[in-house]
Amino acid sequence: MHRLLAHAFALLAVLLVASPATAQLRVEITGVGSNQFPVSVANFRRDGEIPQPVDEIIRADLQRSGRFRMVDAGPTPLADTAAVSLSEFKGRGADALVVGSASRLADGRYDLRFRLYDTVKQTQLDALSYVSTAAELRLNAHRIADRIFEKLTGERGVFATRIAYVVQLAKDSFELQIADSDGASAQPALRSREPIMSPAWSADGTRLAYVSFESRKPVVYVHTVTTGERRALANFRGSNSAPAWAPDGRSLAVVLTRDGLSQIYSINADGSNVQRLTRSAGIDTEPVFSPDGRFIYFTSDRGGGPQIYRMNTDGSGVARVTFSGDYNVSPRVSPDGRLLAYVGRRGGRFQVHTLDLVTNQELALTETALDESPSFAPNGRMLLYATEVGRRGILASVSVDGRVRVRLSGPSGDVREPTWGPFIK
Amino acid sequence: MTPNRLIRLATCAAAALLLAACASTPLEEQPAAPVTDASAGAPGTKPGADSRAVASVDATTKGLDPLTDPASPLSKRSVYFDFDSFVVKTEFQGLVEAHGKFLVGNPGRRLVIEGNADERGSREYNLALGQKRAEAVKSRLRLLGAAEAQIETVSFGEEKPVATGSDEASWAQNRRADLNYR
Repeated sequence: MHRLLAHAFALLAVLLVASPATAQLRVEITGVGSNQFPVSVANFRRDGEIPQPVDEIIRADLQRSGRFRMVDAGPTPLADTAAVSLSEFKGRGADALVVGSASRLADGRYDLRFRLYDTVKQTQLDALSYVSTAAELRLNAHRIADRIFEKLTGERGVFATRIAYVVQLAKDSFELQIADSDGASAQPALRSREPIMSPAWSADGTRLAYVSFESRKPVVYVHTVTTGERRALANFRGSNSAPAWAPDGRSLAVVLTRDGLSQIYSINADGSNVQRLTRSAGIDTEPVFSPDGRFIYFTSDRGGGPQIYRMNTDGSGVARVTFSGDYNVSPRVSPDGRLLAYVGRRGGRFQVHTLDLVTNQELALTETALDESPSFAPNGRMLLYATEVGRRGILASVSVDGRVRVRLSGPSGDVREPTWGPFIK
Repeated sequence: MTPNRLIRLATCAAAALLLAACASTPLEEQPAAPVTDASAGAPGTKPGADSRAVASVDATTKGLDPLTDPASPLSKRSVYFDFDSFVVKTEFQGLVEAHGKFLVGNPGRRLVIEGNADERGSREYNLALGQKRAEAVKSRLRLLGAAEAQIETVSFGEEKPVATGSDEASWAQNRRADLNYR
């Protein structure tokens, strides 16, 4: 509790969005001078029963990114066709305004429309209409948030992407779930009575590799998400774990113990051509490819405690990458290849860190003590990770500058092992 | 082990016994199966076998299965480790030796050593730590003469804790290698 209080004092701003869809969304913005773009998202006009709070989803998305400050547009819905006084919104402090409408069509589908205005230049920046089933309404709200994000920041939005993670619901009940990037609309891809760990998306977002203990030992599976078709990729004598896809999706790096301790191997996606990549006397694990496919970063205790190393994809040219602290694990490389994210233990606390691979600057991003499994958003602006609050695993995201931390309220149960999926066409 | 944990363990054991008792419901309590073909014999007997035959078991020489005899050192199956350590401590050497001798004397038996780790840190790194503990026990057994093919080492990492507390007493119970004959 005292930590919560300390947190509250440490925060320069805690924004609570008190609306049904985002009742538990807590966005913590820390650090001086965070430069947030002021935007107003008016309530959408509803025509008929609309099963999703589309305007609230858009607001929550933009807020979670930490890049925007919400300017209240008032309770009156403003449709995409409404004549609005842009100078009035400019006067309220909003540099951009979003208006829109959601209508139930005669055939049972829904038409979702929005319009984005620049209140400073008094121009329209974007406008679009999505016609969809009820099931796709939420996705289309995320797509609108993505377009707004891109128009206003010049960077691609990630709200319509998906995340995968593992939930333990009871002592012998585990699920690998796939959800929207905000943790909502969770669907189980796999249910098991035994633990599941280390889910990894293929670069095209069609397949997940993961470790399942359903045969009372760790075995690596490859699972096609849309069909549910799955098969054991690595089921060798000993333990099989830590799958990582090569960017081309044709092979993976995995960790096997068939020759003794945990070592890194490459294996084709069809299970053929197993090649040993590391030959150390200790533990080599948690391989991950750099996005350009040139390197594999991994965790090794060859120097004593666990540190992060890098090697060429054929196993040659091994070099140590992390030097501060005596425990650095779970490497992930940013999409542009510039940042390395990992969990570092400092003073007994396990926290998400980044290392700038060009300047060698290390940055601690969180204030929690039991962080695990950092994973970059596909635009490289945020990291998703698992942490613990009151002995329960939860998911949280943090901006790569460490200023914006958000606790995801969507998934229930003991949640762990999150991994952010790629952009999908 | 705290008294609380002992009570919890005892409760679990009692529950397990109850379950076992349920599983072996006495035959008389089941509804009698309709008699259709007497020549098929009772369950478990081969057709045509003499239903009055008696197969003698000589308990004077055979005794209890040493793996399930609570008096045998083989009934102990867990080796505990210190923090960040893979050394089989002297207090567990007798246990490991007993299993080594058993494997040498019973070359047909197969053993799976399941390594475990406490919850702190990366799940994959903890899986590797559990594997390292299982391997430490295996190399002892190999030195005692057990064959490579008799032993498989796997790891559960931090995924299957026996103690779920967030304190050293719980963590110590989870830094463990279990010996399971299959």
